[in-house]
Parts: sequence; C-alpha cells; structure tokens
Amino acid sequence: MSTKKKKPDAPHPHDELLRTDRMPHIWCTGCGIGTVFSCVLSAVEKSGTPLDDVAMVSGIGCTGRMAGYLKLDSFHTTHGRAIPFATGLKLARPQGCVIVASGDGDLLAIGGNHFIHAARRNLDLTVICVNNFNYGMTGGQLAPSTPFGARTTTSTQGCSEEPFNFCALAAACGAVYVARWTSLHIRRLTTSIGEAMNKRGFSFVEVLTPCPTSFGRHNKMRKPLELLKFYHERSVIRNYIDPKDAVLDFKKNLVVGKFVDIERPTFLDNYRLLNRGELGDWPDLEPKLPRPEKQASG
Amino acid sequence: MAGKAVLTGTYFMNGDEACCEGALAVGCRFFAGYPITPATEVAERMSWRLPEVGGIYIQMEDELASMAAILGASWGGVKAMTSTSGPGFSLMMENIGLGLCTETPCVVCNVQRAGPSTGLPTLVAQGDMMQARWGAHGHYEIIAIVPSSPQEMFDFTIRAFNLSEQYRLPVLIMADEVVGHMNERVVIPPADQIQVVSRKKPSVPPDQYRPYQPGPDGVAPMADFGDGYHMHVTGLTHDERGYPVMDAATQEQMINRIVSKIRDHAHQIISYDAIAMDDAEAAVVAYGISVRSARRAVAEARGRGIRAGLIKLNTVWPFPEEMIRDLAGRVRALVMPEINLGQMVRELERAAAGRCRVRLVPHAGGSIIRPGAIVQAVESALKEA
Ligand code: SF4
Repeated sequence: MSTKKKKPDAPHPHDELLRTDRMPHIWCTGCGIGTVFSCVLSAVEKSGTPLDDVAMVSGIGCTGRMAGYLKLDSFHTTHGRAIPFATGLKLARPQGCVIVASGDGDLLAIGGNHFIHAARRNLDLTVICVNNFNYGMTGGQLAPSTPFGARTTTSTQGCSEEPFNFCALAAACGAVYVARWTSLHIRRLTTSIGEAMNKRGFSFVEVLTPCPTSFGRHNKMRKPLELLKFYHERSVIRNYIDPKDAVLDFKKNLVVGKFVDIERPTFLDNYRLLNRGELGDWPDLEPKLPRPEKQASG
Repeated sequence: MAGKAVLTGTYFMNGDEACCEGALAVGCRFFAGYPITPATEVAERMSWRLPEVGGIYIQMEDELASMAAILGASWGGVKAMTSTSGPGFSLMMENIGLGLCTETPCVVCNVQRAGPSTGLPTLVAQGDMMQARWGAHGHYEIIAIVPSSPQEMFDFTIRAFNLSEQYRLPVLIMADEVVGHMNERVVIPPADQIQVVSRKKPSVPPDQYRPYQPGPDGVAPMADFGDGYHMHVTGLTHDERGYPVMDAATQEQMINRIVSKIRDHAHQIISYDAIAMDDAEAAVVAYGISVRSARRAVAEARGRGIRAGLIKLNTVWPFPEEMIRDLAGRVRALVMPEINLGQMVRELERAAAGRCRVRLVPHAGGSIIRPGAIVQAVESALKEA
C-alpha cells in the first residue's frame, strides 16, 4: 500500500457510492484491488438492491480497506472475523444483502474456520476474496494462497507449502455459488458478483489480483502491467468444471470461470422450518424439505 | 407456538437459566455461542427459548466467531449476547476489543471456572477478574457486574443489557460455576415492571450524522444497519465520522471519549449493598459467590461479638474507589475473600490507600471459601489493627 498520493481531480463514475472525502485511497498504483472494488460497485448498482439494504463487511489487510471507501453501511472488523461478524449482521437483519470482501489471508488463513462453517451452514452471504497470493499490507509474506516455490519475505528461497484451491474448498463445504476470475475479467467478474448477491445462500467469488508491490517485487514481476498480463494471458475459462480440477498452475494455465451454481436451503430456511415444527423426527424428517428447482443459469 | 419473552412467575432454576431468562425479558433476541462448561446451560436454554420468541440462536465454530457474531447482530439492531467460561473468555478478548473500539452494545456472561488453561472445568473460581478489566489490548474502561445468586443472574443480566445499551459497550457478567449451577428461587416480575433501556438512535438526517459524535451524556447515538445512515464502523482509531485517522491526536480523542463516558458516569454504574455496616469496625468486601460465604461469616462474627459488616459489590468495574476510600477512613479493617490469590484486593488496597488494614482471604479455586476462614481473617485483622 502507499500513502504518497494526491487527491484525484476528475470525478469517478461511482462517486455516489464512494466516500470521496476519504480519497485518495491507500492502494498502490497498479494494484488490482481498486478494479475489483469498481466491479463490486457496478454490481451493487446493477443489482437494483435498495442501497440502504446493502452492507459490506471486511477484515484486515489491503482488501479489508474496501469497506472504508464504500458509502453504504460498512464494517471494517478484526483480522479473520469478517464472516462471523457478517453472520450476526445478516441474521439480525435478514432482508439485508451482506457482502464480505476481504483478502485471501484474512478469509482463508486466520479466518479459514469461519469460512468453512459459514459455507456449510449456507449462510446467505456474498463472499468476495481478493487473492493476491500473499500478505500485501504487511509487506508480502507467504499466505495459504502462495504458489509452491514463489518467493515472499517469509519464503525467500521459495514457498515450500502447497496452496489451497479456494474454489474447491468452498464447493466442498457447501457453497451454492462459486466463481473465479482475474481482475482483468471486468465484465464477467461484475456479472458474477451480481449473481452472487442475488443468490440465496453462501456465494463465493475469488479474484486473482496483481499485487506488484509485495508479491510482484519478490517474483521478478514488479511492473503492474506485466503481472496483470501474466494472470490474464494464462487464464482459461472453464465454466462448470469440477472446482477440484480448476487448478492454478502458473506454468500452464490459471483456470477461471463459474464453477458452481446450485440451490440449497439456507441457514434461515432450515432454522425456521425446524423451529416451526414443520418436519418430523430425524432421520425421516417428513414432510420433506421443499427443494426449489435448479436455476437455469448462464 | 409463540412463547412469552417474560415468564412472569416464581421458579426454581439455576443461575445459567436465570441469566437466559433475564436476557429474554430485557429484549435479547440473538445469541451466538460455543458449548463450554459451566456456561453451557445458558446456550442450551437460549437454543429453544429464542426461536419461541422470534429470535435467533446460532452455535458458532468457536468463541472468536461467537463474539464477532454478536457484534454484527448488534449493528443489525438486535440486542445480543454470548456466554462462556475461561478458555472461551480468552478467545473472546479479541472481539471484546472490537466492541469497545466500535462502541457496540452487547453482553458477555463469563461463568468462571478455575484456570489457567483448561483448569478445573466443572469447579468454581473467580480468577478472571483482572482479565475482565484488562484482557483486551489497549486502554479502555469496562463495566463488569457480579451476581451472587440465580435471582441476581436474572436481575443483573437485565441491568447488563441496559448499561450496554446506555453506554454503548460490551458489558461483562462475571458469574461463576456455583452461581451458574445452583438452583434457587427466582422471581420473574411482570413485563411492565422490567426496566428496558435501548440505544439512542440518531435524530439528524443521514448527511449530518456523525456516528461517533457524542451527545451531552458522552455517548453517540447509534444507527443500525439498514436505517439509511450509511455509516462506517472500524476497529482502527477513528474520528467522529467513524473514519480511520492514523495519528496521535485522534487516538487521544477517541480513547478519552471511550474512557470518559464510563468514568463520568461511574456513580450511576457502580452498585453495592452495605449490610450490617452501621456500627461495623471491620468490613468484609465481597463479590459474586464469595458474598454467600461472607454473609455467613459476618453473622458468625456478630454472634461472637465482633462488629463486622458486609459490603456486597454488585459491580466490580468500574471499581468503587470513592466508596472504599471513605469506608477505609471509618473502619479498622477491610477483608476481601476471593477465589483467586489476590486480584480485586489490589484495587481494594489501592483505594484504601493505607487508611486501614486490608486483608485477603485467598483461595485458588475448586470450591467456595469457608466462612470460618473469613471470620478468622476479620478477627486477626482487628487484633493487629
Ligand atoms: S495488495 Fe499489494 S499492490 Fe495492492 S495495495 Fe496491497 S501491497 Fe499494494
């Protein structure tokens, strides 16, 4: 992140949704987070959701600062705890649309336990994970996303750990919507965020994002454009493949696309059903859960 | 099958259950928790009582999440609480800090067991008193309430919610295993006799709203998610707009505000009872379950002609410094029984400032304090004094 920047002179098309009095933002030149943020703003506008009903919850890190620039109800919480905070917020106000936007380290290292359980419960949250393959804000340490062999300040000889496949993890835990794009797939990413917002249940959108300052610097890809092109050129779209097969192989290709779009009762659906006594005893549980039709989606 | 939130009547119930009923009676409609002895009964009762009254119970994956979830629910406009014991209380410290920094009303009930670490899961202690005061990092003021019976678990939980709503902070109920598990008579009054305080809401239009601009009472009105105020809430040091500002001046301002809103109202927050104190030359100062031992000890001492009295602390944080200072000028000795090896007694000594003798009746935990030990301490303190 950087702090030596001037106030922008020209208006931004999303000024209405921005805390312009907080500009300039802290993100580095060439950082992909701003692009992702822009896509979120477009998706919020396009979704038609009443703005008073949209909230954003972030954790800690470069991406965690998104909440601070959004001129809607926005919550910048503790490291890793965006999802449980959002859980309370959503359950207290079920009509609200709660977007969790945070980084890979925040959501899937320190917050990993919350992530898997929120997906299992199918909490109606939209989780956007900006994956920059390292801890950017603290200067570039290895994360659960750091590719095997990549250099960071805490793996100067190369990262000796295997990374998570976040999309496979989300799907295995029960997420009803799972997609991955790079921050250069602006149109597709915006569409995915919109679909995720409208989806009832735990939706997950991963965005591969260049971090030239921290990740790029240690991996000989210091120029923002170079890094952006690298991600984009190696990305291949494979919609609806099993997310287990949606691997990020930096030597060959980075599989992106929309992988999962299914229906499953949400936490609140089931909570209400059971507490109204509308189901018989376990294990028969008659009458059966009314399962909505699988949505035709494109 | 809508149930009643206020179960007016007379019951025989344990302290954990009474805590739950107090919370429901004052309007708590969200509970997030994680099972832990000896606080599990609060969660168990909440899990069926909350759906009855249209609320939400959720069992989280750990106590970090439980605490974060109740903060979120509170910003969603719902009164929220969690309950736990030592190991869980340690995990909750992280987001108790967030609650203090973001000034989020909520209630945490710690049914204390003996520690450190796993300690004695099923047995009593009062070892988390300083953790309650200073467990989260940074500087702040906290409110902690100490019930000594199931009835007080009911009554004080109501007060804990009211204080949290009034002063916008997490309020701690520092119960213990014996108070939580003992069954006693609990009287639940009619709903219209229960005082319910709710957070002040902003009265200005959204463009003029400054989420951390204090009112005359030092507390800022609080908008809920969905009210249209589009506020920003952060655990970073922030100004009155709620915006992060990374400098010493903003830090000074923010910390002073969250400290003063409690210090300036300490008189309204602090609660204690003076029992048999009129002619007392020694005061037993006790809190929580140790009040029960102290009551018996004072009666025994009186029976032996010793002029002992009891100061029963209903709140421990903020500490009643002025009251203790005055008291120390009037009695010859202060005796504090506590189920730790000396925590609140340090505050007692500090407040007494050498004006009278201060004696600790320590106990490492696992059982309550024998009244005889307190009588002995009173006797020897008066002899020396
Ligand atoms: S993610 Fe990297 S490039 Fe972006 S703001 Fe953080 S350090 Fe800078």
